[in-house]
Amino acid sequence: MNRPFGTTTMRLNGAETPFAATPGRRLSEVLREDLRQFGTKIGCDAGDCGACTVLLNGDPVCACLTPAIRADGAEVTTVEGVQHIVPMLQQSFLRHGAAQCGICTPGMLTAAAALLQKNAAPSRREVEDALGGVLCRCTGYAKIIDAVCDLSGISEPGRPDAGAAVGARLERLDGGPKVAGTEVYGADLVLPDTLEVRAIRSPHHAAAFTLGDAAAWAATAPGAVEVFTAADIPGPNLFGTIPDFVDQPVLAEAFVRQRGEAVAIVVGETAVLDALDFSRFPVDWTPTPAVTDLESAPPKDLHPNRPGNLMIRGLVRCGDAEAVLDTSAFTAEAQVDTSFVEHAYIEPEAGIAWMDGDTLVIRACTQAPVMDRDETAKVLGLPLDRVRVQPAATGGGFGAKLDVSLQPLIGLAALKTGRPCRMVYTRSESMASTTKRHPAKMTGRAGCDAEGRVTGMTFDGDFNTGAYASWGPTVAVRVPVHASGPYRTPHYHAEARAMHTNGPAAGAFRGFGVPQAAVVQETLYDDLAIAAGIDRLEFRIINALRDGDTTVCGQTPDGIGIAECLEALRPAWQAALAYADTSDPRRLRGVGVASCWYGCGNTGLPNPSTIRAGINSDGALVLHQGAADIGQGSNTVIAQIFADAVGLPVGHVALVDGDTALTPDCGKTSASRQTFVTGNAALRAGRMLRSEILSLTNAGAAAKLSLEGGALTVSDGRAIRTIHLADLPANPLGYVLSAEETYDPPTRPLDENGQGEPYAVYGYGAQVAEVEVDATLGTVRVLRMTAAHDLGRVVNPLLAEGQVEGGIAQGLGMALMEEYIPGRTENLHDYLIPTTGDMPEIRSIFIEKPDPEGPLGAKGLGEHVLIPTAPAILNAIRHASGARITRLPALPHRVRAAIREAGR
Amino acid sequence: MPAYHRPSTLADALDILASDPVTLAAGCTDLYPATQAKALPGDILDITAIPDLQGISQDDAGWRIGAAVTWAEIIRHHMPPAFDGLKRAAREVGSVQIQTAGTVAGNLCTASPAGDGAPCLMTLDAEVELMSATGTRSLPLAAFLTGARRTARRDDELVSAIRIPARAASGEGDFLKLGARRYLVISIAMAAARFETKDGAITRAALSVGACSPTAVRLTELEKALGGAPLATAAKLVSPATVAPHLSPIDDIRGDAGYRSEAATELVRRLILRCAEKRAEVAA
Repeated sequence: MNRPFGTTTMRLNGAETPFAATPGRRLSEVLREDLRQFGTKIGCDAGDCGACTVLLNGDPVCACLTPAIRADGAEVTTVEGVQHIVPMLQQSFLRHGAAQCGICTPGMLTAAAALLQKNAAPSRREVEDALGGVLCRCTGYAKIIDAVCDLSGISEPGRPDAGAAVGARLERLDGGPKVAGTEVYGADLVLPDTLEVRAIRSPHHAAAFTLGDAAAWAATAPGAVEVFTAADIPGPNLFGTIPDFVDQPVLAEAFVRQRGEAVAIVVGETAVLDALDFSRFPVDWTPTPAVTDLESAPPKDLHPNRPGNLMIRGLVRCGDAEAVLDTSAFTAEAQVDTSFVEHAYIEPEAGIAWMDGDTLVIRACTQAPVMDRDETAKVLGLPLDRVRVQPAATGGGFGAKLDVSLQPLIGLAALKTGRPCRMVYTRSESMASTTKRHPAKMTGRAGCDAEGRVTGMTFDGDFNTGAYASWGPTVAVRVPVHASGPYRTPHYHAEARAMHTNGPAAGAFRGFGVPQAAVVQETLYDDLAIAAGIDRLEFRIINALRDGDTTVCGQTPDGIGIAECLEALRPAWQAALAYADTSDPRRLRGVGVASCWYGCGNTGLPNPSTIRAGINSDGALVLHQGAADIGQGSNTVIAQIFADAVGLPVGHVALVDGDTALTPDCGKTSASRQTFVTGNAALRAGRMLRSEILSLTNAGAAAKLSLEGGALTVSDGRAIRTIHLADLPANPLGYVLSAEETYDPPTRPLDENGQGEPYAVYGYGAQVAEVEVDATLGTVRVLRMTAAHDLGRVVNPLLAEGQVEGGIAQGLGMALMEEYIPGRTENLHDYLIPTTGDMPEIRSIFIEKPDPEGPLGAKGLGEHVLIPTAPAILNAIRHASGARITRLPALPHRVRAAIREAGR
Repeated sequence: MPAYHRPSTLADALDILASDPVTLAAGCTDLYPATQAKALPGDILDITAIPDLQGISQDDAGWRIGAAVTWAEIIRHHMPPAFDGLKRAAREVGSVQIQTAGTVAGNLCTASPAGDGAPCLMTLDAEVELMSATGTRSLPLAAFLTGARRTARRDDELVSAIRIPARAASGEGDFLKLGARRYLVISIAMAAARFETKDGAITRAALSVGACSPTAVRLTELEKALGGAPLATAAKLVSPATVAPHLSPIDDIRGDAGYRSEAATELVRRLILRCAEKRAEVAA
């Protein structure tokens, strides 16, 4: 009855395709692992994310929930077949910027194709319904819906000419494979003789453990299985992100400090592992008392060198805030608690490692290839030149893929077995074991004078950094620097403490703690504005930092654009206030505003990027672009800056990715630093390459270049000169012309009072939220967000809008629904992120106030966009209903309780 | 290796059930999420190839929804207004992908307190038809659902159909679901209603609340109280006292018990209002 029936055949994208599988095997496994059609993605194996959507006889289903037998005799359409049924769809996705990381794109395309086959001209609402079952964490959905509604829209006129790339609405240069379904993510590469790696992880928040006879257990398998533990790790069994805070074992020894911590890996052929009973793996757990939140202290110190579980304290102080608040005309106090927030990228961690001679090669998802190499080499006791990291296409990161996850595990397995070793995290494994946004327990106090000028502010916050350090120190340092908001605050005292608990290690997540702190500050500003009788937007304009002003760190930045952002919001704000006046008792309408500022790059520490570029004898213009593009667009933006600097069309640029053997270090994709820092390196490298070309031909600075075949032609109005590239000697890298330039932002470390110049460039923004609150049910619908952001120089408006829309989606999730509870919400149906139907209309306004330090004036944007969203929404809820939310997320029952407390 | 049975006749399926304990599989939208494995674990009886379990049909006795009928089929099939609530619930189940695969009967068999199918089917006086090699029996839905994730189905039985008696297929149905997001969301609370009216007055009311007790419950006292009342003003008769005492909600990550009671009352009230508005539109 359960024959692996070799006679089964599906019609896969029009081709009769025999397959052999057990009848109850997930169709997603058949497509990917058996038929090697990797276009269909797996995000959850539970029907919660829709990434694996395929059409079964024309109807959309989750392939992960479909028994293989149901495909027998059926028509199956995957992303690889979408072009045959809706030919324009994939180009439309590309043109509209509907694919960022691209991991949800196959599911979006198949679900949209099913709709378009039945309804060629759907409304936005119909598209929302059809795509409601596919989660996207990058785009905020607007551009996806645009792409489906506007299939035959007018295409942009080709790629920009030389010198016109910056500022162009250029579709992403690396987008083709994402919309075709041919992009190769961490889980999409399998080599001959590949073994699978699975981890044994702690089901307890804290426990002592002993391992039993793993060899005997492994011997129950129908084939060779190897088990590796901490004892097998050749180097120091610790990894981390910040040198003084490296504290996390790759494989735990004797005890675990958090749920999901790995204690062993099991390596074997997939079919052999599938036949093993992992519930019988010989490990004896002795759970120990654990605390995962900040409500009580863990019974003992998690790390002996961090007494009281205090990992680090961050402080910024100027003036005498406490004294000035006691004498201010108006003061306000606020207290806010936030939850763990999960990054919820749709691609769980995945990768493969293999030996290339003596060199260990790791190809995995990442935001930081060089850090991955260094950390993995250390743990495995290898010199750096014996580890090579080839970044896989990465299906979203948002901060959590800055830390190594499976890299040391697959590296260890490949090193020990000599065979390629691949690991793909399950959704629950990803959620339990990787980092989170810090829950914060915060209080704040602020005051202003009778004219509404802020006199001072205090901020105090405990940040639950979980069991291990990860990027907790960065959070503790960044929060006090930014908790004032982009406002003049002459007297200021802010402190943030990263506290250990047995929760999941909290690390980097878009904004490093600043989005949490902004909730407190922007709540206080609403209180003060109301108390002083000043319009809430105007109150912020009064206090906005302006050029020449000094920040709470004593810095005087250039090109401060916050006032321009706030002023640009005036029309939207006025209209929204008028609309809010039309509230009825059932649907309470409200408006809120909040701002952000955010320093780009590491805080007072070096963080250089190096760009290498060259022209080879065939006339290829090659850019070694090492800034990991996790969907945010560095492959495109850096190329735009570089191409204009050289003076050649961006279409000529051939990209080499961040392979550590080929490309210099561009640092991590973090801290909104790539456009600024790597962009500056690219600008310098491009200019250097150009000046080399000009000096070879004695041409003037304004000369025009053209590159055709093997000839580089330079014309400056006086003469036309042609360089025959094959005539030039090639350097060891194969380039006949080349440049390599490094840029490191000038900063000054913070002193004991947090005074210094922590960042060379800041970005600014403000957002207006319009919401509707259901007074009796406590539900909140965000109707519209108007977002004004100062980018200094907009390198690519299409991608910038995508950042704004995606950041707002994450901010909305943080405000209204996202709450990770360790051990309880390790899936995407208990942990909720916004769907197509939860997103408001978003209007982006871009301000260009150049920063002299940014490339062509450009500033960072990636994290800024998320910071104002939650406070703007919360302020709007309060405006609508009186409900003051003190615990995020504002789930319906909490909003209802807060409305009741407000006496409405 | 475990067995995977996919018989093409009901008789074969009942024989398999009589001889071996098996997991029944239809839409599989609850079975796969319950395992991390790459295939359904254990011995499986897949009922989706049995013609007798397919389709929606009607005869003098009423309506029959075959055990393999999906939510998508409910949405597509022409049925009288009494089923409008069920159709609305169908559109709110998970996502289009889940609606394509998931079955109504499977939703009842999973018996989640938050199952979207139960409240509407309760207002339709649904009966669950169970078959085994030894015979067929029918249970009222309230008797079939014995608790959270528990049903009265014996291991040797399968649900063959859901039956709606003809007398319950009249009037108009409606459904409201409350969740923390728009799609793919587990209900915090939900309410279903069906009203039969004559000259604007309620002749028969059926009300049910889900996700607020181990199983969906009928609000029989309130139904009686609404009898004879004008539908247009019936919402005024809803108060916490007429709803909350019949529920036994829990605190969980989606909401606390007090909120659930309050929300359920409000959902029932709004549902009646919406039915009244629809009636008024039809009358106009």
